[in-house]
Amino acid sequence: MSRPTTVRTRGTLVIDVEACKGCDLCIASCPPGVLVMTDLETNSRGYRYPRLLPGCTGCQACSQICPDFVFQVYKYETPLELPAATP
Amino acid sequence: MVDDFVPALIDVGAHHLCPGCGEPIAMRIVLEAVAELDLTRRTIAVFGIGCYTAFSNNLDVEVLQALHGRAPSVATGVKRARPDSIVCTIQGDGDMVSEGLQEVLHTAARGESVTCIMLNNGVFGETGGHMSAATVVGQRTKTSLEGRDPALHGRPILLASLLAQIEGAAFVARGLVNSAGNVARTKKMLLRAFEAQDRRAGFSFVEILTMCPTGWFVETEEAPDYLEGHLAAVHAPGVLKDEVDR
Amino acid sequence: MTTALTGGRRLLAGSEAIAESMVAAGCRFFAGYPMTPFTEVLEHMARLLPGVGGVCMNAESELEAIGMAWGAAATGTPAATGSTGQGLSLMQESLAEITLARLPLVVLDMARGQGDYYQATRGGGHGDYRHLVLAPADSAEAVVLLGSAFDLAERWRNPVLVMGDYYLAHTARSVTIPDPVERAVPDWGLDGSSGGTGRAKLVSFLGSRKQRDDVGYDLAAHYADCAEHTVEMTRSVEPLAEVTDTDDADVVVVAFGTPARYVQAAARALRATGVRVGCVRPISLYPFPTEAVARAADGARVVAVYENNQGQMVDDVRLAVLGRAPVTFIGGLSLDSSGFGIAPDLDVRILTGRIATALERVTTS
Repeated sequence: MSRPTTVRTRGTLVIDVEACKGCDLCIASCPPGVLVMTDLETNSRGYRYPRLLPGCTGCQACSQICPDFVFQVYKYETPLELPAATP
Repeated sequence: MVDDFVPALIDVGAHHLCPGCGEPIAMRIVLEAVAELDLTRRTIAVFGIGCYTAFSNNLDVEVLQALHGRAPSVATGVKRARPDSIVCTIQGDGDMVSEGLQEVLHTAARGESVTCIMLNNGVFGETGGHMSAATVVGQRTKTSLEGRDPALHGRPILLASLLAQIEGAAFVARGLVNSAGNVARTKKMLLRAFEAQDRRAGFSFVEILTMCPTGWFVETEEAPDYLEGHLAAVHAPGVLKDEVDR
Repeated sequence: MTTALTGGRRLLAGSEAIAESMVAAGCRFFAGYPMTPFTEVLEHMARLLPGVGGVCMNAESELEAIGMAWGAAATGTPAATGSTGQGLSLMQESLAEITLARLPLVVLDMARGQGDYYQATRGGGHGDYRHLVLAPADSAEAVVLLGSAFDLAERWRNPVLVMGDYYLAHTARSVTIPDPVERAVPDWGLDGSSGGTGRAKLVSFLGSRKQRDDVGYDLAAHYADCAEHTVEMTRSVEPLAEVTDTDDADVVVVAFGTPARYVQAAARALRATGVRVGCVRPISLYPFPTEAVARAADGARVVAVYENNQGQMVDDVRLAVLGRAPVTFIGGLSLDSSGFGIAPDLDVRILTGRIATALERVTTS
């Protein structure tokens, strides 16, 4: 049995890291679960912020729920196959 | 290099509200609704006093600042003087249900063609998280540290439910902003409320339940569930009245 | 009730004259709550405004009344409200903040007696602000002063209080209502149209400019701004007073409002007996006619102050006289059982007695 090596990715985000206040709402709101908060890295205000893993569908759930206008969501015309994230 | 992600009608997105606060989400969809209906050049927003007041000097729509609880009467004066404008109020639950209950009830009774919008987080947020007339039983606040006790503090006023019974009200709805899906549903309510005003159907009202992790003593990521389980269980979401087409 | 007389003069009850002159002065929005002796003004405004495309709202309380007037004023519509002293007490928070929002508003106090002097001139609300205050002595003067009130409110973007009372409201007198005035909508007035332009207007007691580059208000800057405007307004507005017979007066009597007419009648009666009496009737209570009172006090042996209260304007008289002559209070609370301010001691005999006594006291000491 082999693990999948690529993930179908239909969308991507631009994340305004400095605007984030580390509230974590986006993490739970992401249906494919491709947002993770940084562990030790923080922005200049000391907040952890989200990073995007492959597999984004461009559904905009994150930008809808974010209170700090951190996300800009883009959809690819043709879905990409991105290398799966290493755990 | 990042673009400006802030919605077009908000001048500066870096507000100083708490992490995880639901009010900026609500503000965003209100302004999106205004823009989508092409009402930007007709809208006057009358602000109450609360955390959301931080937005009043920061929006690209005309703004009139009112006192705590007193936005509905001010909105009435604006609308009567400028009947072609679209007038909305932005108030919190402390502002509208505690201090200003009389004002919003009378404004609804008069069938005033304004849209009152209440950001309900069950606390007086700006002053630090105190019990308001909308606080639910069992909710801990700084003035009900053991949780709201009906014997001592009575029970919450469910304002949208009250307003739905007033004949002058054409559209009354309650929405939440604790998930992307709920945000989308609430925005539809706002669109319908502004439509009610534009068609002069009568008073319109949208209550938006917002997260307040600070006022609720919960972690930011727990606040959406708290909102669902505690506030929305009492202040039930949905469209309570839609007589826009009557 | 109106009766046609010659040449534009009509016999009108004071309340009606006040309402007609407000409409003539350009008022197009009025909100109020019934309360004696203000109620009839509200009734007349409700009757008159729709005919000129204006709006009159019978609000659900004085708080809503001032709120509605605030909203209308913010659109640049000439707006007014009013009540009696108690109702104005309810409106104080809004009155204070409307001043900080730099809005024109004419506010009527149809008072019960003269006990609202402090409330009007010291500002009955919180914080540091000033209202212009005008006090007509009869409805003929009121109709003129109301026009000035709307002019001043517009010019200074500040509330202007006009003090009336039960007598003013209910006395019928032949008056000429001034010709209608057209007022242009100011460019700061809200109507929605500057939305989306990057320069959307703001009317706020927290600040006068949108902060494009940061959130939050700079209250220190805003309050300093407002204070500067207040100073300029106080310095520039000409104080008004009616001064009679003070050049050679031994006793100068100071009184305002409708009681001043009785005081002036008493002064004339005393003059006829050889007593040298003069009168100063402040017409603007803020700014107070300090100079006029000071000049009248020069050479007088005593300054007597009559007012229907326990002594309020007397403070301003003392400050104006500043030791040139002794200042004595010959007023007092005078009410009938209704409490509406019908003063039993508004009787020329009583007043001449008090004025004469005031003079006697200084001449025999």
